[in-house]
Amino acid sequence: MAGLGRVCLLLALVVCLYGIGAALYGVRSGRIEFSVSARRSVYALAGILSVAILVLEIAFLRDDFAFNTVADTSSRTTPALYRAAAVWSSQEGSLLLWAWLLSLWASLALFLTRNRMREVASYATAILLGFGAFFVSLMIFYATPFATTNPAPAEGVGLDPLLRFPTMMIHPPMLYSGYTLCTIPLAFGMGALLARRVDAEWIRATRRFALAAWLFLGMGILLGARWSYSELGWGGYWGWDAVENASLMPWLTGTAFLHSLMIQEKRGMLKVWNASLVLATGTLAIMGTFLVRSGVLNSIHAFGGATLGVPFVVLIAALIAGSIYLVVSRRDMLRTEHRLDSLLSRESIFLANNLVLVGLCFVIFWGTYFPLISEALTGRESSVGPPWFDRYTVPLALVLVLLSGVGPVIAWRRATLANARRNFAVPLALALLVLVVLLGAGAGEKPLANAMFCCGAFVFGCIGQEFFRGVRARRATAQEGAMVALLALVRRNRRRYGGYIVHVGMAVLFIGVAASSSFQHASELGLSPGQSTRVGAYTIRYVRPTATITPKYDAAHTGSTLSLGAVLDVTRQGRHVATLEPSEGYYASEEQAQGSVGSLIGGQPVSHVSMDGGVTRDVWTAIEPDIETPALHRIVTVGNRTLPPEDALVAIGYLARAYLQHPPQAQFHFIVSPLVMWIWIGGLIVFGGGLIAIWPAPSAVRRRVAIRSRARAAQGLARA
Amino acid sequence: MDPARKRTVRLIVALSTAVVLASALIYTSFSAASPALSPSQLVREAQAGQSYQLTGTVVDGSVHREAAVLNFAVEDRAGGTRIPVAYTGTVPDPFREGREVIVTVRKQGATFVGERDSLITKCPSKYKTAPASENQNS
Repeated sequence: MAGLGRVCLLLALVVCLYGIGAALYGVRSGRIEFSVSARRSVYALAGILSVAILVLEIAFLRDDFAFNTVADTSSRTTPALYRAAAVWSSQEGSLLLWAWLLSLWASLALFLTRNRMREVASYATAILLGFGAFFVSLMIFYATPFATTNPAPAEGVGLDPLLRFPTMMIHPPMLYSGYTLCTIPLAFGMGALLARRVDAEWIRATRRFALAAWLFLGMGILLGARWSYSELGWGGYWGWDAVENASLMPWLTGTAFLHSLMIQEKRGMLKVWNASLVLATGTLAIMGTFLVRSGVLNSIHAFGGATLGVPFVVLIAALIAGSIYLVVSRRDMLRTEHRLDSLLSRESIFLANNLVLVGLCFVIFWGTYFPLISEALTGRESSVGPPWFDRYTVPLALVLVLLSGVGPVIAWRRATLANARRNFAVPLALALLVLVVLLGAGAGEKPLANAMFCCGAFVFGCIGQEFFRGVRARRATAQEGAMVALLALVRRNRRRYGGYIVHVGMAVLFIGVAASSSFQHASELGLSPGQSTRVGAYTIRYVRPTATITPKYDAAHTGSTLSLGAVLDVTRQGRHVATLEPSEGYYASEEQAQGSVGSLIGGQPVSHVSMDGGVTRDVWTAIEPDIETPALHRIVTVGNRTLPPEDALVAIGYLARAYLQHPPQAQFHFIVSPLVMWIWIGGLIVFGGGLIAIWPAPSAVRRRVAIRSRARAAQGLARA
Repeated sequence: MDPARKRTVRLIVALSTAVVLASALIYTSFSAASPALSPSQLVREAQAGQSYQLTGTVVDGSVHREAAVLNFAVEDRAGGTRIPVAYTGTVPDPFREGREVIVTVRKQGATFVGERDSLITKCPSKYKTAPASENQNS
């Protein structure tokens, strides 16, 4: 099987190299059949890599420990569901996933443009296959997923327990889809510059892919945040970690691009800017992959080895140099067709939004790469922490939310005082109303969070008004009911109203972030059974300890040998609110040196957070039991001495009983934070809005409508 | 003012604002940054009040808890100088004796106090390096 995988990789490299040659020859010589053949080699690449990933997936599901990656990241005790997802937890596997997703998305993009922009698409084919060749070569020469060991080990190391969490299964494919989709606008943008065809055609052709990249990347980021919040025993959803930042940066420039491309489509402006944004987004996406995979920066995500640094640096340098050369050498073609008419116009609001987004990206870039920058400049590595990031990103986020309300309603070209009054009276009144209410409730303490609430209200006002006016207009012309009119409105203008829904979702999300980060109550302390503590308005009592021994092969669990936890009773003003059961899972380490009993629980312990999520607030709890007390320690050492591995579970039983009978003080981490759930709800709204915007307007519907209106016009004419 | 002139003025204003903001950003990043030091460097250079990022290995047998305070010592990767750290806040799951950690500390008297929630554990080598058998057959 491994042999088949290796052959696939070699074949993939050959196909890539052939495709690059054919595409370039086809476009240079004008022989269309070579361009077509190059496009087909992308489809072939997708087929070959599908076989390769299937081979690896089967190896994981069959526990084929002859594969080194299987032995390193899976085991028989790893539940089947997580075994299937363990494919992309290793360096090699994730490279394969990257290349595979790239080939799939590239095939789709080239298939959709097969009858258009022949020249641009040929260059894009060559560039996409170049990326493919890069990743396939990495897998052939640096980190092959099909390396084997003979004889095969009897058991694998197991999937890192931290990754045994449902969202972790879809987080990497989402994020990687986002990254790979970012390369498609990049390839077409570069193709357009190379072919000197810099009208809005390539933008129109790849707009949907840019939107999909943005959507996948955003959802990937959000799923990662959700994982961090509910799995890491930390209680936060964002920590300005290098790898988080790396995925946020292309998302920010991608967001900027999605807005500024509208200006190029409608007004023929900002061409240099758009080309630069697309190239920057693609490059940042590659840099994101590089950061995860190279270990150049300290990160909690440092899952990768340090072997892939050099090839990536070369690729990134080539991308940056190529981008700069292309934009500079084609600058005459990228002249704007119009000038900005007024500072109060949709164009300039979009420009401002772009500047804020790029500014945010710059702040994050500087902070993320600061350890490297400071080492280069001062010879000493230093880093900046979350407070530094917050200082800049919070005000910029406020401006961004405000602009997301202004942008959709302000007039193109030039806004007059009259239409500004017409458009902004209601939203401003709403924002002021919220401000008054908040001031009444004592808003002086957290000005930034309260400013965010007001900005959010302003956005709701702006977008709500747009929907209201649209529905009213439809009802007046088509005599439809309110709901029908609303649906028809959104259906006929997916891109516009999808975008509005995204704006609402982002405002909701930011309100959740502002509330939960500013008005949080947290407490960390040790408690013994019977003791209680107050967190915010809640009283939390440690009722009794719990201990569970998980059968080794039980697929329903995440595969921990033992979990120790607590039953907590949460009350508010004497009334019962929830019963929570946080626990800590102890996993087998398969390390002989820890002894027969010690190795059963000697792996990495993982917190199982328990929370009572609600619309207004989350009560979040995590426990860190003390498993190292002398009494418990003695059970392990005695067991190690006397018990053979097959009976070692008996000692774990004793240990659990001893823990329940004489529970030592356990460390707890309690958090009560308001409106956290709205971050996830906001994310879902964004996702829904994005899907609406991305959904192709069915051409059949369009045709039918056109026929009907023509018929009506004909009838009218006949009558006249 | 004629439109071309107006545009030039606007451009200059915008560019200078951007330059001022960027320099503020760059300046504060240098003043707010905490240098990353190994225990032996920290012993030589630490000044009270200034914060540092301490990187090193958790010394075997040095971890013990006193209520909410987690005490442990960090040593150079090669052994040698040990720095005792009193830390409060979230302890990442992979935190263990013998593992590499990064923690932001401030000097207070003879001991170093860890900044709340600043402890990062590098992922255990078990998940990072493959067994010695790798590349045997590739």
